Amino acid sequence: MARESNFKNMFLCLLIICFGGSALLGGVYLITYEPIVAAQAARVNQALGGVLPQFDNMPAEEAYQVEADGKKMTVYPGTLNGELTGVAVEATTTKGFGGQIKVMVGFLPDGTINNTAIISHTETPGLGDKIDPRKSNFSLQFNQKNPESFRLAVKKDGGQVDAITAATISSRAFCDVLELAYKAFRQSIQKEGGDQ
Amino acid sequence: MDKLLVSPAPHLHSKENTRRIMRDVIIALMPSVLVSVYFAGLSALLVIVVSVAGCVLLEHLIVRYLMKKKTTVHDLSAVVTGLILAVNLPVSSPWWMVLIGCVAAIGIAKMTFGGLGHNLFNPALVGRVFLLISFPVQMTNWSLNNSIFRPDTWELPKGLLGAQGQLLDATSGATPLGIIKEGLANGLTMETLSQQHDFSYWQMLFGHIDGSLGEASALAVLLGFAYLLLRKVIKPLIPVAILVTVAVFSGILWLLDPTMNADPLFHLLTGGLLLGAVFMATDYTTSPMSPLGMLIYGMGIGVMTMIIRVWGSYPEGVSFAILFMNALTPLLNKIKPIPYRKEVSLG
Amino acid sequence: MSRLKTLVNGIIKGNPTFVLVLGMCPTLGTSTSAINGMSMGLATTFVLMLSNLVISLVAGLVPSKVRIPAFVVVIAVFVTVVQLVMQAYVPALYQTLGLFIPLIVVNCIVLGRAEAFASKNNPFDSFLDGLGSGLGFTLSLTVLGTVRELLGSGSLFGIKIIPGDAILVFILAPGAFIALGYLMVLFNKLKKA
Repeated sequence: MARESNFKNMFLCLLIICFGGSALLGGVYLITYEPIVAAQAARVNQALGGVLPQFDNMPAEEAYQVEADGKKMTVYPGTLNGELTGVAVEATTTKGFGGQIKVMVGFLPDGTINNTAIISHTETPGLGDKIDPRKSNFSLQFNQKNPESFRLAVKKDGGQVDAITAATISSRAFCDVLELAYKAFRQSIQKEGGDQ
Repeated sequence: MDKLLVSPAPHLHSKENTRRIMRDVIIALMPSVLVSVYFAGLSALLVIVVSVAGCVLLEHLIVRYLMKKKTTVHDLSAVVTGLILAVNLPVSSPWWMVLIGCVAAIGIAKMTFGGLGHNLFNPALVGRVFLLISFPVQMTNWSLNNSIFRPDTWELPKGLLGAQGQLLDATSGATPLGIIKEGLANGLTMETLSQQHDFSYWQMLFGHIDGSLGEASALAVLLGFAYLLLRKVIKPLIPVAILVTVAVFSGILWLLDPTMNADPLFHLLTGGLLLGAVFMATDYTTSPMSPLGMLIYGMGIGVMTMIIRVWGSYPEGVSFAILFMNALTPLLNKIKPIPYRKEVSLG
Repeated sequence: MSRLKTLVNGIIKGNPTFVLVLGMCPTLGTSTSAINGMSMGLATTFVLMLSNLVISLVAGLVPSKVRIPAFVVVIAVFVTVVQLVMQAYVPALYQTLGLFIPLIVVNCIVLGRAEAFASKNNPFDSFLDGLGSGLGFTLSLTVLGTVRELLGSGSLFGIKIIPGDAILVFILAPGAFIALGYLMVLFNKLKKA
């Protein structure tokens, strides 16, 4: 049946299999490379389209990095006829009950939250995952609120946010990530203002 | 090949003996039951009736029609399971939730393993934890109910109950343990917390209304404990080991930093600790037999409870702690008493 | 052994999940809903078919001492293909199944069938065996996913059919074990009858 297990045979056999495998993978990689990039871009664009008001530029291509609280965040400016209509910030917190929560937050130029979208999270199904607007309208309460006047903290902590029942930690984490995004937004606005 | 042999000792043999023990446990639970009905009114009674009836009926149906044997309900163990499950639930539990708890307790934890004497985990606690994980909203929102036996509660708004179905709520009646967990996590100190909330030890001892049915009064549980000891149904070692461990553990933390830790008396009187130590940790089938095993088992429960209370994400950890140590019981039963051996010369 | 028997063996008599109790990690981890379970099953089926086919082709040429590494490389190649394809064309599903896709490499069923069947049989039979085992795996994952989704979130293939609260525990890990246990009992009872 099988060949004799001497060094030459084993070496050659594994070499050939690895070569064959890499060739196949290389081919598949080439074919799928563009769709993967497109799918990832579509994800970002979809999130951007949901959180930003009207825009006619390509925010994903004009994105830049901003640092706030020692964390780097990506900022996507949205413009209509060259006029800034909103800024989307992609922010991440690790304070979630299940770990990381990644959120896209859209701000109007005056700092008002336009809309939010969850990019990824690992909160408990049926409890913490209600931060996702598809699961409950928890996150909708932030829309049209300006963090300048609206305290981003759950009511238990003296803020103005109605927490998700039995998921205070997730609610807190969501407030936390919004706060972080707002800080990034302030920085980016200062920067934009400085440019003009 | 198809048989999975799990037979943790001890097995109870005499039917009459089981029945007598179970009857004593039921009597011992009565003070807690009565206090809870007094404080919470008819809704507490409803939870108890549904739970007991559900457990008994379920056991009967499973034994009679699924296992095709003679029914075992007259040994009263299903009644005890039902009662213990009921005192572990909040007053506001809807009837369907109680029934799901019965299915988890009798169906999953007890009958799947072969019925009384074969179960690895305490059935009532499995029921409680199953519900706690499944319905965290209903299980952790203790509502202040109107009790027809207490005129001073007639004016209480029913509003808190309405929080159940809603996704967002502003208020919920938290247990004292829940309050300190939340508060300490937010950087408040014990001092300010006890000023804001009136933690009266007197109330905890005699009766207060936030908590599950059986957590209402520590004194009622202690009465039941005294009765069980008097009738020699349980040995005091396990409950005492649990309580002493909790007292020592919380005492050390409290001495280290009294501003960030509740004192030992608070830990002993709040939550389901007494209830668990007296009625659930002492279950014959799921606790070890040898004194050394009992000691390790009790201390394990105490330590686990405190770890969950202080560092865990749930405010209360007694039920998890007991289930955890239940799992270790077969191992603890391997501890045999050291045989008394002496060289005897026959001469 | 007849061809049909080879195919059916993996679905009922040698069902990977309910009878052989193999591949428990993806079984418990991905069966939170019917659609997730089914997708995971189909991805594994694809890997099983192709790896069985290729392994039975090359088995005669592989020295027995490097048998396992050679098989693992073949399997890993196909898993990576699945991963790339899913990432490109069904990104949403790829996000949900996440880590479990690369973990197909270490799924005992795949290596088990390669070692126990494909290395000793002709390519066509091996292909059929892979298809059968894969379908058996898919079947059990879909059933488990359906049960868990129905009880845990009150829906079926994403469509809500029971209003109100569901028994959350079935979506979480303990519920996976409980549901799997009872399904095994049921499957083995039905199989005997």
